[in-house]
Amino acid sequence: MSTYAQKKGVGAVLWDYLTTVDHKKIAILYLIAGGFFFVLGGLEAMVIRIQLAIPDNNFVSAGFYNEVLTMHGTTMIFLAAMPILLGFMNAVMPLQIGARDVAFPFLNALGFWLFLFGGLFLNLSWFLGGAPDAGWTSYASLSLASEGHGIDFYALGLQISGFGTLIGGINFLVTIINMRAPGMTYMRMPLFTWTTFVASALILFAFPPLTVGIFFLTFDRLFGANFFDPTMGGNTVIWEHLFWIFGHPEVYILILPAFGIFSEIISTFSRKRLFGYSSMVFATVLIGFLGFMVWAHHMFTTGLGPIANSIFAVATMAIAVPTGIKIFNWLFTMWGGSIRFTTPMLYAVSFVPSFLLGGVTGVMLAVAAADYQYHDTYFVVAHFHYVIVGGVVLAILAATHFYWPKMFGTMLNEFLGKITFWLFLIGFHLTFFIQHFLGLMGMPRRIFTFLPNQGLEVGNVVSTVGAFFMAIAVIILLINIVITSVKNVKVGNDPWGDGRSLEWAIASPPPFYNFKQLPLVRGLDPYWIEKMEGKKEMTPAEPLGDIHMPNNSFIPFMISLGLFIAAFGAMYRLDYSWGLPVLILGLLVTLLSMFTRSIKDDHGFHIHKEDLIDEDKGRKA
Amino acid sequence: MHAEEKMTNETWPASPEKATLEAKNKFLGFWFFLGGETVLFASLFATYLALKDKVPTADHALSKDLFEMPLVFLMTMLLLTSSLTSVYAMHHMKNFEFKKMQLWLGITVLLGLAFLGFEIYEFNHYVHEYHHSFTSSAFGSAFYTLVGFHGGHVAFGLLWIIVLMIRNSKRGLSLYNAPKFYLASLYWHFIDVVWVFIFTVVYLMGMVG
Amino acid sequence: MKRLGKWRLLPLIAVIALLAGCGEPFLSALQPAGEVAQMQYDLMVLSTLIMVGVIAIVTVIFIVVMVRFRRKSKDEIPKQVEGSHTLEILWTVIPILLLLVLAVPTVSATFKLADVSSMEKKNEDGKSDALVVNVRANLYWWEFEYPNEEIVTSQDLVVPTGEKVYFNLKASDVKHSFWIPPVGGKMDTNTDNVNKFWLEFDPAKADEAGGIFYGKCAELCGPSHALMDFKVKALPRAEFDQWIADMQSVTEPVQAETADAQAGQEIFNNSCIGCHAVTPANTTPEQARMGPNLTDFGNRTLVAGILEHNEENIKNWLKDPESVKPGNKMTGKYNLSDEEIDAVTQYLMGLKVQE
Repeated sequence: MSTYAQKKGVGAVLWDYLTTVDHKKIAILYLIAGGFFFVLGGLEAMVIRIQLAIPDNNFVSAGFYNEVLTMHGTTMIFLAAMPILLGFMNAVMPLQIGARDVAFPFLNALGFWLFLFGGLFLNLSWFLGGAPDAGWTSYASLSLASEGHGIDFYALGLQISGFGTLIGGINFLVTIINMRAPGMTYMRMPLFTWTTFVASALILFAFPPLTVGIFFLTFDRLFGANFFDPTMGGNTVIWEHLFWIFGHPEVYILILPAFGIFSEIISTFSRKRLFGYSSMVFATVLIGFLGFMVWAHHMFTTGLGPIANSIFAVATMAIAVPTGIKIFNWLFTMWGGSIRFTTPMLYAVSFVPSFLLGGVTGVMLAVAAADYQYHDTYFVVAHFHYVIVGGVVLAILAATHFYWPKMFGTMLNEFLGKITFWLFLIGFHLTFFIQHFLGLMGMPRRIFTFLPNQGLEVGNVVSTVGAFFMAIAVIILLINIVITSVKNVKVGNDPWGDGRSLEWAIASPPPFYNFKQLPLVRGLDPYWIEKMEGKKEMTPAEPLGDIHMPNNSFIPFMISLGLFIAAFGAMYRLDYSWGLPVLILGLLVTLLSMFTRSIKDDHGFHIHKEDLIDEDKGRKA
Repeated sequence: MHAEEKMTNETWPASPEKATLEAKNKFLGFWFFLGGETVLFASLFATYLALKDKVPTADHALSKDLFEMPLVFLMTMLLLTSSLTSVYAMHHMKNFEFKKMQLWLGITVLLGLAFLGFEIYEFNHYVHEYHHSFTSSAFGSAFYTLVGFHGGHVAFGLLWIIVLMIRNSKRGLSLYNAPKFYLASLYWHFIDVVWVFIFTVVYLMGMVG
Repeated sequence: MKRLGKWRLLPLIAVIALLAGCGEPFLSALQPAGEVAQMQYDLMVLSTLIMVGVIAIVTVIFIVVMVRFRRKSKDEIPKQVEGSHTLEILWTVIPILLLLVLAVPTVSATFKLADVSSMEKKNEDGKSDALVVNVRANLYWWEFEYPNEEIVTSQDLVVPTGEKVYFNLKASDVKHSFWIPPVGGKMDTNTDNVNKFWLEFDPAKADEAGGIFYGKCAELCGPSHALMDFKVKALPRAEFDQWIADMQSVTEPVQAETADAQAGQEIFNNSCIGCHAVTPANTTPEQARMGPNLTDFGNRTLVAGILEHNEENIKNWLKDPESVKPGNKMTGKYNLSDEEIDAVTQYLMGLKVQE
């Protein structure tokens, strides 16, 4: 009931966020937590690049380097990119389909807290005996051989945050299917909603194999199982399969929402409807589907044989077709348009060629026989950074500028935004383009140092310089955020002036019930349609009435906290006698919280029609 | 229709499990959840097949030495019957017959408990008679993880149904709790289907060798 | 049209120039030195060319869009186009055709590279006619066993040029990956199974690279993953045969000559021989071969795979292995004084099967 409370103390605000089930507040939580982990992962990247700036460097030790590279990958994928995207999905998708909330507000909060506690658990490893050091892929023979508790932190932390992501996925799927406003048919949904939908489906089907793989790893390391111990009949290739059956769709879980964000931005700032909307939707679904058919291209050198390698090579190439369709559709959306180069649009425009480079090296990597050369070298490092940074991170930065006014009601500074953009773009290409060549010149990935006189010096120092550009860009963005928040100049419904979808039809930030009356959707880009007919607002689809809202709850926090405690117990069970009791205690906290949720009736509350009318009057007065 | 409405036999809808928006969401979300669970079990099955009979030395018991038809058949029958009884319970739920629903759910719970009892006996038997344990071989790890995950689901399902029965024993059916009963029974069917696969893949195929 | 024709060649030349000029001949995959690497290089060039073509088309459209379609006035509302079936079909079909051009050679090369039938064929003695090397990867060192010739060596792989050499690959502790960039792509050494593949070493290119190629471990395997290098000596067949014969002739440990070295040999026999053999026979079981075989140590090109081969570096390595290769399995396995290390060094430097 945030809009009714006027000035609130810090404690009350904190309590509000700890218990919130409002998708917009959860979105902010995701952004803060994801942003924090993004900066952390960025610092880890800087350590990597400083260590590799010159040959035989001693900036960090070999063992520590492996921890840093593992945590960089794991943090960026699981704790930064995905949560930030989930944040934007939370912030924007329900507004885009004209919903008052998500289908499961309680589970939405639970998903966030599970992610946060999992991420915290994983990062506590730095202070408790060392971080995981077997790479983000954590291949089984090395992860079993790894001493200390690093890998246990990895396994348990990712397990907890993985549950959160899975819950988030189911929530979005149901929201999009059941909660669309009148007239919002599937083929009128904005592309960001579509990509959220497909990415959520991917989450649903890709995370269980990871869950299973991590269970095996945990059982092997902490409970004496033998899944990956060849001397006991185990097989480490099972881990590789399970990991990549998850891992490849994971890439699309990240990139599809990025595609969605850019589709919105490009069409908005070209003042043109998305070119080939149906084929964009089709391509999105097809990419999602094919994403499950290609995992073994990460294992070309594992020795699966030429038949498997050929099949997966050709299947992988096939993904280039729908991706190509998208690239051309974006270009032709801009073709004939009226392009305005705002900061988000600069990101979107630069994304097209940047991502194209990542895409074409993807096709090159699909050539199995040639991949024997590329595999596990800096060529691969260059490729996936072109895709992830050139696609996902650019999308995140673009969305940060694009949706900031909608989420916080104030605009980020455009001048600083453009500086951030140019520094980041230049730094990005400087860092990663040269890495293609480093890989081909014989530099394997994940090496903590390289020797002089092997022809690798120049490329590495260039790459390091580029990394500093990106770091400075991020710092300027943070400064921009601080300045903007302090100034806090309020903006209207459609601050960019070119908004097309429903989120731009309501206040910035939207009231906690989003839509006073559900809007009537009359086609693709519904707000644009109304604007073109000279209207300022959406036509309502229902008379003004009571609005049903869910109650806040502290239970999601408690469920997650229980698992967090249990994870410590599971990990220290073999070292200390208090391990087992703590494990049981943690699980009990979780189960009792779930039990409380189950037996306590929670019908939510209603905002009464009269209050809505009063509020209207209040605003006008 | 609202979840809090007091219902009578006349006002009770044909599909009380999805009469409100909340219920529709739950209904759909739960199906998605079961989709994810299917992938989870598929991964466990695939691993089991890869590690089946993979033991470090020849003196370890293999699947053809371990499994005995009578016990497993009895367990299968118990679980299949419990699925049937939960169907009866849902039939009565749809007819607004709370007492009968509770009765059939009670029978379901008893059958489930019997199944779980036999499973514990079975595991105990393998460990003590054949030294086939979770830690004795990769085969052991895969077997106990697959069948144990299913057993864990049975235990959780029982707990869920029991909590629902006790919580609602005094207040009868409403549109608020009908979807909960329905989903618990859906979960129970899912567990049953998984068991059919375990019976086939682990036990029948195991006994053939 | 004519002018366009010339321009069309430009990317081709640019690509090849860019690719070929890179890296050192002993390490770079861009300077192929064998049939396998050449095949892979050709695929790289083919795929790069197709991709440069795609990039060129996109770039042209991109530039036109950036220049022509900037917003000119605040009120302009462009025509809302739904799409174009012709265009959409065009950019679906053309990529499919391009990919087919790429897919066919990909599949063909994949099968060719996996063809190891000659190593399976056994003659009357139960051996293969082809040269086979069993590679065993260990935490930070490599063992090369020649099963037909019944000898073992470590760290320096010796191969003949101009013929197919077949490899059996496996790991004894954690997963590694066997990679000689100029000669061919990598293959993982798994802990669960034996992988097989073949390589061919080109004589002319081997000369260019100074007769030595660098090999790398390409799979993260622990702290010293970066330092798990090996060397490949590619010799003409006659020299290779000579090396084999010389190795085979060592049936007893070579006796040290100088007094210092003799003292060193005694210390070695007390402290080191448990892990390190100094005879090349492959009769001891694998599990007992816990450290690199040192039969031909005096002829190694590098110490511990990374340091220049001289006495000082051997001493440093023996004094504090951890500082050279963190996480290695030799640290703490022995306790030698500085004098003893000097003696052992003398002994090791004398271990040569060929002068």
